[in-house]
Amino acid sequence: MKKLFAMVLSLALAFTAVGCGKEDDSDKKSEGVMTYAEYDAAELKSSVTIEAYVQAKQSWWDNKATIYAQDKDGAYFIYNVACSEDDYKKLSTGTKIKVTGYKEEWSGEIEITDGTFEIMSGNFVAEAADVTSKLGTDDLIKYQNRFVSFQGMTVEPSTDPSGNEVAFLYNWDGSGTQEGNSDLYFNVSKDGATYTFTVESYLCDNTTDVYKAVEALKVGDVIDMEGFLYWYNGVNPHITSVTAAK
Amino acid sequence: MKRKHRWGLLLLAMAGISSMTACHGSRGLEEFSIPEEFDTTKNYEITFWAKNDTNKTQTQIYRDAIEGFTALYPNVTVNLRLYTDYGRIYNDVITNIATGTTPNVCITYPDHIATYLTGDNVVVPLDALMTDEDYGLGGSRLLFDAPKVSEIVPQFLFECSFQEHCYALPFMRSTEACYINKDFVEALGYTVPEKLTWDFIWEVSDAATAKDADGNYLVNGQKVMIPFIYKSTDNMMIQMLKQKNAGYSNADGTIEIFNPVTTNLLYEIAEHVKIDAFSTFKISSYPANFLNAGQCVFAVDSTAGATWMGTNAPLSDISEEALVDFQTVVLPVPQFDTEHPQMISQGPSVCIFNKSNPQEVLASWLFMQYLLTNEVQIAYAQTEGYVPVTTKAQKSSVYQEYLAQMGADNDMHYDVKIKAAKLLLENMENTFVTPVFNGSASLRDAAGQMIENVTKSIRRGETVDDAYMEKLTADVTSLYRLNQKGAAVGGRAELGKLPQAAVVLLGTLGITWLGIIAYVSHEVIKKKKKS
Repeated sequence: MKKLFAMVLSLALAFTAVGCGKEDDSDKKSEGVMTYAEYDAAELKSSVTIEAYVQAKQSWWDNKATIYAQDKDGAYFIYNVACSEDDYKKLSTGTKIKVTGYKEEWSGEIEITDGTFEIMSGNFVAEAADVTSKLGTDDLIKYQNRFVSFQGMTVEPSTDPSGNEVAFLYNWDGSGTQEGNSDLYFNVSKDGATYTFTVESYLCDNTTDVYKAVEALKVGDVIDMEGFLYWYNGVNPHITSVTAAK
Repeated sequence: MKRKHRWGLLLLAMAGISSMTACHGSRGLEEFSIPEEFDTTKNYEITFWAKNDTNKTQTQIYRDAIEGFTALYPNVTVNLRLYTDYGRIYNDVITNIATGTTPNVCITYPDHIATYLTGDNVVVPLDALMTDEDYGLGGSRLLFDAPKVSEIVPQFLFECSFQEHCYALPFMRSTEACYINKDFVEALGYTVPEKLTWDFIWEVSDAATAKDADGNYLVNGQKVMIPFIYKSTDNMMIQMLKQKNAGYSNADGTIEIFNPVTTNLLYEIAEHVKIDAFSTFKISSYPANFLNAGQCVFAVDSTAGATWMGTNAPLSDISEEALVDFQTVVLPVPQFDTEHPQMISQGPSVCIFNKSNPQEVLASWLFMQYLLTNEVQIAYAQTEGYVPVTTKAQKSSVYQEYLAQMGADNDMHYDVKIKAAKLLLENMENTFVTPVFNGSASLRDAAGQMIENVTKSIRRGETVDDAYMEKLTADVTSLYRLNQKGAAVGGRAELGKLPQAAVVLLGTLGITWLGIIAYVSHEVIKKKKKS
């Protein structure tokens, strides 16, 4: 009996080891798949094939999905990839996908567009990279599309349509509403420089914690944030979490 | 920023939705008939779904209109719901038709209304309301100074009539304009003509692609230059075809877009994409961003986007460092025949939805008319390069004074904005609209998609030849279901799984039929045995 038990345990261990090996192997790119460095070096308008892990799903519409994905070396914004609603439901944070599409630029945002994808085995959830010190530097763009964090930033006033100083605006000029699920725009500063951050309502709508947290902000609050380093004519982070600074 | 596509968000699972609208209509509301009198002793709550161009002034004008109206009719409450995207309004209306919770009043496009009409008595026909002596346009019992039917610009009103009825009133009208960096045109050795032609725009755009040895464009000294960028490629194709007197569609929904003229136009566009002389909003970004950064010579966008165009534009998405100083010329879209210019008429219309209480519908109609008063029309038109839809407002001293103040400041009287509005005012007889039918929205999408596909393919080094064109036609036909008259409303052929409720319903029907067949068979056998 003991021998049998030991054998079972050994087999279990062996299978586990095989499983671990697969996990490690999942970091390796399949044949014909670019490394992040190769993707980064690829020309705009060129065909690209990458493997990465979903970090957030931004939207699904009309059989197209928009996704933030990342591997251990870099990040990808996958815009309007062909995706059925059923497949979209199968994607969650960490899901590995293989995407083939075209590398394009839209207002400074580098993205993969007109693509198709397949779900692979493997899972990876990125830690937020603290880029607070990179704000205002040329280094920041190297983190484009990554899951990032900002520490200890101060909420600065925005001006609403009535000329009042407020902590945030619905839409960039205050023309939106919560009911209309408008994006939220708010200003935060660090070391004397002020930046505009966004809660993108397709990514985090008006029912999410981050949306509510930004609506509750007050000018002068010092906050930590996480989000994705989106670009629109300059850095335009899409914030996914806001907490009081630690 | 979100990427806003005029029609980009509208084709959500339409096949299922349109069948739901039909179900609801057949279940539901009786045809609206005008009450003898508006009952002011009872309270009515109506909802108004409106679209603003992410513009806080427009939002405020809607609120002011509600305040002004409810001051006159205190028994009516108007709840405003704001959208920044027509596609979202469309989708929400469709969803709410199915549940019987449509808004009362809604800013929309005639193409969309054609789809709403797949349900019976969902949208209120306005013919009788418009001419009602008491509460019709300019009626005797109105508490405000509304325009008469004859004071609505006929071309704009005509756009709202289809399927033998008038289903909407125009709210604002715009067209497209070509915003030109005059300095660049002249630096390239040309003079901006009074009337823009396609030949001119292509020739200058091609010339603007010349680079120095370091890869900088000669005309601007930058690494980036898109000489010609078009915001709405569906409008581009539609206008080109109209100007060429070529087929697009007819009023009964016959698709005519796949013809040799379309193919030749696509080939011509491809030639200019090959040398990077042309791109589109969907591929590159907002035309205004490139124009204002000195990275574009010709930017075609709506006149309702004029406040974003030019060095002194009151609205801008680019940093001050990126902004360059240049002279902006505003001209009608390029033409093939300048003696017979053709340009699209576009802009929001407003419709009202039927309800079980005719008094509630009448309240909606009154509010709808209020949106056509001079106060609302002029105030809203001043927010962008829109024009009021009534001659009453257009001819008013207030509006004329506004036009006369062109260039007095870079805000309310921003010259590019007022030039854009004047462009339409001077060309109202040269505007056209495309036929409205169940599926016309899909055809519009398809028209733009062909330009987008060809442009992308050339940029990516693919071969665009006859075989490509054949495949493009097949793909677009299939994608937008253009081979099924009236079915194109489904938008996309890929319908996905049936909803669970439908599966249950169909399953129940199947089981019921099996039961009936089993019973009948049993009875037949019993009879046979008896006999």
